[in-house]
Amino acid sequence: MVGKLGVANPPYISHHSEDDIKEMLREIGVGDVLDLYRDIPEKYILKSPPDIEGPLSEQEVYEKIVSILSRNTAGLKVFVGGGVWPHYIPAAVKQIVSRSEFLTSYTPYQPEASQGMLTALFEFQSLAADLYGVDVVNSSMYDWSTAVGEAFRMAMRHTGRRKVVYAAFCGPERVRVAQTYVEPLGGTLIRTPMDSKGRVEMERLKHVVDGETAAVYIENPTYLGSIVENVEEAGEVAHDAGALYIVGCEPTSLGLLKPPGEYGADIVVGEGQPLGLPVSFGGPLLGILGCNLDRRLLHNMPGRLVGMTETLKDGKRAFTMVLRAREQDIRREKATSNICTNQALCAVAAAAYLSLLGKNGLRKLARHIFDKTAYFIDRLSRIDGVVAPLVDAPHYMEFAYRSKRVEPDRLLQVFLEKGYVAGLRLGNRFPELGDGLLTCVTEIHSIKDIEGYASVMERLA
Amino acid sequence: MYRQAFWEEPLLYERSKPGAVGYNPAGAGVDAERAGESWLSKIPKKLLRTELPLPELSEPEVVRHFTRLSQMNFSISTGFYPLGSCTMKYNPAVNEVAASLDQVAGTHPLQPTETTQGCLELLYNLEDCLKKLTGMAAFSLAPAAGAHGELVGCLIMRAYHRDREGRPRKKIIVPDSAHGTNPASASMAGFEVEVVKTRQDGCVDIEALRKTVDGDVAGIMLTNPSTVGLFEKDIEEVVRIFHQNDSLLYYDGANMNAIVGVVRPGDMGFDIIHLNLHKTFSTPHGGGGPGAGPVGVVEKLAPYLPPPRIVKGADGKFMVENSPKSIGPAKMFFGNFAVLVRAYAYILSMGGAGLRKAATSAVVASNYMLAKIRRVRGVSLPYDPERPRKHEFVVSLAKLRKETGLGALEVAKRMLDYGFHAPTIYFPLIVEEAFMVEPTETESKEELDKYLEAFAKVVEECYSSPEVVRSAPHNTAVGRINEAKASHPLTLTPTWRVYRRRVG
Repeated sequence: MVGKLGVANPPYISHHSEDDIKEMLREIGVGDVLDLYRDIPEKYILKSPPDIEGPLSEQEVYEKIVSILSRNTAGLKVFVGGGVWPHYIPAAVKQIVSRSEFLTSYTPYQPEASQGMLTALFEFQSLAADLYGVDVVNSSMYDWSTAVGEAFRMAMRHTGRRKVVYAAFCGPERVRVAQTYVEPLGGTLIRTPMDSKGRVEMERLKHVVDGETAAVYIENPTYLGSIVENVEEAGEVAHDAGALYIVGCEPTSLGLLKPPGEYGADIVVGEGQPLGLPVSFGGPLLGILGCNLDRRLLHNMPGRLVGMTETLKDGKRAFTMVLRAREQDIRREKATSNICTNQALCAVAAAAYLSLLGKNGLRKLARHIFDKTAYFIDRLSRIDGVVAPLVDAPHYMEFAYRSKRVEPDRLLQVFLEKGYVAGLRLGNRFPELGDGLLTCVTEIHSIKDIEGYASVMERLA
Repeated sequence: MYRQAFWEEPLLYERSKPGAVGYNPAGAGVDAERAGESWLSKIPKKLLRTELPLPELSEPEVVRHFTRLSQMNFSISTGFYPLGSCTMKYNPAVNEVAASLDQVAGTHPLQPTETTQGCLELLYNLEDCLKKLTGMAAFSLAPAAGAHGELVGCLIMRAYHRDREGRPRKKIIVPDSAHGTNPASASMAGFEVEVVKTRQDGCVDIEALRKTVDGDVAGIMLTNPSTVGLFEKDIEEVVRIFHQNDSLLYYDGANMNAIVGVVRPGDMGFDIIHLNLHKTFSTPHGGGGPGAGPVGVVEKLAPYLPPPRIVKGADGKFMVENSPKSIGPAKMFFGNFAVLVRAYAYILSMGGAGLRKAATSAVVASNYMLAKIRRVRGVSLPYDPERPRKHEFVVSLAKLRKETGLGALEVAKRMLDYGFHAPTIYFPLIVEEAFMVEPTETESKEELDKYLEAFAKVVEECYSSPEVVRSAPHNTAVGRINEAKASHPLTLTPTWRVYRRRVG
């Protein structure tokens, strides 16, 4: 098929002149390109290329993609988080990650020629470690959920145990991904309850955590946005049983809340997407995984790690990938993980974002989001027939609520007709809370947006 | 002569000045702040952050810092990057424009599907293209990278045999020439790994396979063409041996650029395949990701694919489905969507004919380079030297090492001085002093010639002025790096925090 503008030759093949090809074939000593495929049984060689659309001209490609995407509903006000959250991205972040020297480089296997990427990844590791209050964060996992899966596996290797206990309000989809990751190890995941104030029920936790427990996992703020009061105590229970304490945090919340490294977490995980990455229909994201400089733990860590060193000849500061002996290309079936390509450019975006906001910007942003969340909760809770929030605790960025009169699906439908995506249905994922909606608010939602949302609710409830 | 930029650039932390800010978020407004104040008082003080040791910089400082860093980074935009097994082809600019469209960047994955029909249709179309290009029946676009796809593939093998035989099989076979991710993925999925040897002709040892394949063997992971750049010519027999035993064949798509549009893994009898969209389908590698590693399977394995599966209803509407037999989700949401958009844009701009031309041009380029390189002193070609290679080749510099004391490592480093990225070295492990070159189709013949000229010169230097090669690179931002110190337990410095503590 030839595009309507008559483009016949794809522009990304450089040596397309027939003379070049002929000369190269002569040098090789064959008469035809397909002679180079002569060792493949002939029946497998396609007589003609697969019938897919194209080649299209650049303009046609652009127009086609725009046209397909125009079937999305535009202009919605989206109050949804649940694993990725809409945020404003400073223009400089986009400019930095568009540098094609970063964008079009491979994994920095040749450190002398890749100091730029290596330095940026070292800075990401440093910034993320400082944010989470631990010594080391690796240079990225695929997303929060796979970071949880890898963290559980790491804890199982470290302790030689197979049970992981997780708090009830952890992200259910993250737990499901972790389940996929631990199943081959024979790992079992056990849910432990949280009370109406979103605290870990300590007696129940003590009862379930034992000598078989590899780790206790908690998220703070929880998937439901609630801030957990007894995070430190939960960690103590884990440690008393010789288990590791794994804590997952959304990173902007750490501009306000104490970082997990300061309340006993052995491994920290999180989703770096709020740090300068668009929601992009769910990817690419940025899995964060870190721990302290405990030698055994570090040697069990999955993923790539960049370290500071110096040049051999003149002792100049330089960066290179370190502890490579954990990785698949060296250790093969004994590697800590199979991960190779990760989310490096997303880590550069996060480094740029964190350095732009810095200490003061991030504190301010976190407070902004906390204030909006508080305002939104108060606003909805004043509406007759609305129960907000379902967990009786301070919240960050997300909260669950319910209308006593209107079913969640009906709520979502009516809101959608007014141009809002009102939240995510809880369904039966949190039996202790019942059904309702999980709603998200960030700095991109104005007070006017919140008021608009509330007024739709007022008419409904 | 090539010269990479060098900036004596301090780290962000060292540039920090109290009070500076590069992006200053607005406050939430008086009413929200009042509400926040009241809720904040309910949080115990001990749960609030005290120290936040992030650096403080202005926007120009941050932009300049990262711009300088970028100048110290070799990339496809900078020059020829013939890193074997990595398919570093040019990354078209329009793909970046497509990936940053508002409807890509701003669409939330958990919106109701009736509001995301465009995104779902794009995914559906991409899946359709990948099916036609590989001959597979169904794809999951969720995996974030090649290795992630391998894990998914191995978990599918596990689920398949558990379903049919009541429990998973125990072993996966991997050739000794395989990428390290293959054994690592198999092991991560709970399998024992059995390694089979490569024969003198560069193909997997069929007799050894025959002896190994029994009721414990779930399957084999093959890269075809293999990492030595040779097509597994007895593939038909390999497939027969495995299928007779109800074992599955996994195709590692890292080398798909050799055959896309020419041969289909599905036609050869493979049951599971992953594709590296950041290789064959030109999405930028971002210095180590994000990539995308979609997994395709034959019909009987489709129910085991991870969610979400996108289906088209009778009314033409796209929906998301989950199969009860699925291995479970491998990550959140729909995969690396913005990467998938780029790959789709690339496929449209190439078409079936263009992709076939890309593959054959890549193979011509590789064999052309090989024809010239193998004549250079100190270079030998292991494994069936008379057979054509595919998109990449591996030569051995063992003779050069013997004669000059210099080998693949030093030559690779010295190539950097001439403005070319180094090849992959010491891989595959079965080739002594392996030097693995993959030119791709996007380099002109002139560029290939320049590389060949530089290579010949470097080898000549090994004999005539070995010291300049031994101490290379000289023209990169920094010279050879102290790797031992970097990973030594007493000097390991993976973050600024550790550095500060050590320096005191």
